[in-house]
Amino acid sequence: MMFPPPDSTLPMRPPRRCWLLGMLALGAAGAPRAQPTPAGRVVASFSVLADMAREVAPAGVEVTALVGPDTDAHVFKPSPADGRRLAQADLVLVNGLGFEGWIERLVRASGYRGTLVVAAEGLKARRGSGAHGHGHGHGHAHDVDPHAWHDPAHARHYVTRIAEALAARWPDRAAEIASRRADYLSRIEALDRRLRERLAAVPREQRRAIVSHDAFGYLGAAYGIDFFAPQGWNTHSEPSAATVARLIRQIRQQQVRAIFVENISDPRLVERIAREAGARVGGTLFSDALSRPGGPADSYLKMFEHNVTTLAQALGA
Amino acid sequence: MDTWLQPFVEFAFMRRALVATLALALGSAPIGCLLVLRRMSLVGDAMSHAVLPGAAAGFLLAGMSLPALSLGGFVAGLVVALGAGFVTRATPQREDASFAAFYLTALALGVLLVSLRGSQVDLMHLLFGSVLAVDDAALLQIAGVTTLTLWALALAWRPLLLESCDPGFLRSVGGPGAAAHLAFLVLLVANLVSAFQALGTLMAVGLMMLPAAAARFWVARIVPMCALAAAIGAGAGAAGLLLSYHTELPSGPCIVLVCGAFYLLSVLLGRRDGILPRRWRARLHYTA
Repeated sequence: MMFPPPDSTLPMRPPRRCWLLGMLALGAAGAPRAQPTPAGRVVASFSVLADMAREVAPAGVEVTALVGPDTDAHVFKPSPADGRRLAQADLVLVNGLGFEGWIERLVRASGYRGTLVVAAEGLKARRGSGAHGHGHGHGHAHDVDPHAWHDPAHARHYVTRIAEALAARWPDRAAEIASRRADYLSRIEALDRRLRERLAAVPREQRRAIVSHDAFGYLGAAYGIDFFAPQGWNTHSEPSAATVARLIRQIRQQQVRAIFVENISDPRLVERIAREAGARVGGTLFSDALSRPGGPADSYLKMFEHNVTTLAQALGA
Repeated sequence: MDTWLQPFVEFAFMRRALVATLALALGSAPIGCLLVLRRMSLVGDAMSHAVLPGAAAGFLLAGMSLPALSLGGFVAGLVVALGAGFVTRATPQREDASFAAFYLTALALGVLLVSLRGSQVDLMHLLFGSVLAVDDAALLQIAGVTTLTLWALALAWRPLLLESCDPGFLRSVGGPGAAAHLAFLVLLVANLVSAFQALGTLMAVGLMMLPAAAARFWVARIVPMCALAAAIGAGAGAAGLLLSYHTELPSGPCIVLVCGAFYLLSVLLGRRDGILPRRWRARLHYTA
C-alpha cells in the first residue's frame, strides 16, 4: 500500500525547543558534541530492510530499524521512543506479507503521515507450510510465508522498491540513489551466482535438512534444498523421550543430512540426536534478524552468504 | 514386552539415559541416606545455587567452555560445603544454618558475576544438562564419580556413618572426625555437580533424596536402607523413562515423579514408619 506523499515538508521545530531537546540528548548520552541533524530519517521495521535501505540511501540520510539486530521480531514490544522515531520519520519501510503484525497499529498510533513502503508488495508469495510448530504467533494472514528476503531475486525486488521510494521522497538525490542501487543490485547478483556455484558441489539428493524455524521456504525454492520441520517440537520446555525418538526416526526416514534445530534449548541434546540418527548438526542460520555489527551476518549480503555456506558445508559430503 | 524393551533396543539415547540413571542411583542413594540421617535433606537444592558463582567465574575466565563451567561449579560447591562444614565444627551453630548462610552468599555473588558480563547466555541452562542428552563424557563422568563414591564409602564407612549419626561420640573416642566430614562433603559435591552437569538439577537432587527418604520408611538399619534406596532410584529411573517415552512427558520430571510416587507409597505402607502399618501394629497391641 502506498499512501499519498505528505502535502508539505515537515515543519521546522521552534529553535528554542530544539535547543532544549539537544541539551536533553547531551545530558542523556554524555556526548561531547551534538550530532549533526541528518538530511532525512528512514525507519525500517527490522534489521534486514534497514541494511538494504542503508545500501541505497543517499549520503546524510539516517536509517534505523525498529527491531534491531539479534532481536526477534515476533516478540518485539514497541516503546514510546519507537513511536517518536516513527513520528519524526521521512519514510517508513516494512516487509509486509504479515511479517510485522504490530506495525500498522504502531504507525497509526505514532501519527506518521508519510509513505508506508511495503517492500514485498508485488511479489508472488509462497504459502507457509502450515507446520509452524514452534509456538509463536506470526499472525500472518492466510498463512503466507513472509520471509521472502531469503530469495536473492526477491531481495532485488525489495531493493528496487526501496530505491524508488527514496527517489520519490528525495527527488533531487535521484541520480545518487540510482547509481547506488545499480551497484548494490549487481553485488547481490554476483553473490547469488557465486553461492549457486558453491551449492552445485552438493548433489541434489543430499540437500535435505531439518530446520526448526520455518523461515527458509524461499531459500529452498530458489536453491533447490528440501527443508523439513521437526515434527512435534512445539515447545521450548524440556522435551520428552517420545519427541526425541520421533525426531530421530524422522531424520532416518527422510534421509536428512543436517539438522538446524534452534529451539531445542540444550545444544548437547541436538548433538546426541544428530549423532544417533546419522545426521550433522548444522550451525546457526539467520532468519529474521541480522547479527550485531561485527557478527557473522551483520549485513544482508553477509547473512545470505553465511546461510548458504553453512548449509553447503553441513549438507556436503 | 515391546512396551518395555523396544524403546531401549531401538534408541541409543534411551540406553544412555538408563545407564546414567542407574549409575546415579547407585552412587548418590547412599549419600542421600547419610544426608537424611544428618537432617540435611535440603542441602542438594542449596548446592544447585551454590555452584553459580564458580560457573560464572569459569565463564568470565574461559568463556563458553563446559569443562571450565563444571570445574568452577565444583570448586564453588566445595568452598560452600567446606565453609559451612568448618563453621559447623568450629562453632555451636547447626549445619543447616551455616549451609543456608553460605549458599545464599554464593548465590548473590553468582548473580553479581553473571550480570558483570551482562550477557544473555543462560549459564544455568548450559551447566544443567538433560537426561536425554547424555553423551560419552557425561556418562563417563557419572560412572566415574559413582565408582569413586562406592570405593570411598567402602573404605571409610564406619567413620562416615559415625560422623553422620553422632559426631560428638566420634570425636570423644579420638576418631578421624574432620577427615570423615571432609570426605563426606567432597563426595556430596562431586555427586551433585557431576549429576547437575549431566542430567540437570531436578534429576540430581531428586534421585539423591527421594529414594533415601522413601527407604527410611521400610528399614531401620543403614546398609539395607542404602541398598533399598539405590534399588528404588534405579527402578524409578527405568519406569520414568518408559513413562516419558509412552506419554510424551518430559523425562526428568517423569523420573523424579515416579520417585515421588514411591515415596508416597512408602509413607502409607512402609513397614517401619508407614502410617498404615503403625496403625495395624497399634491395634494388634491393644487386642493382644
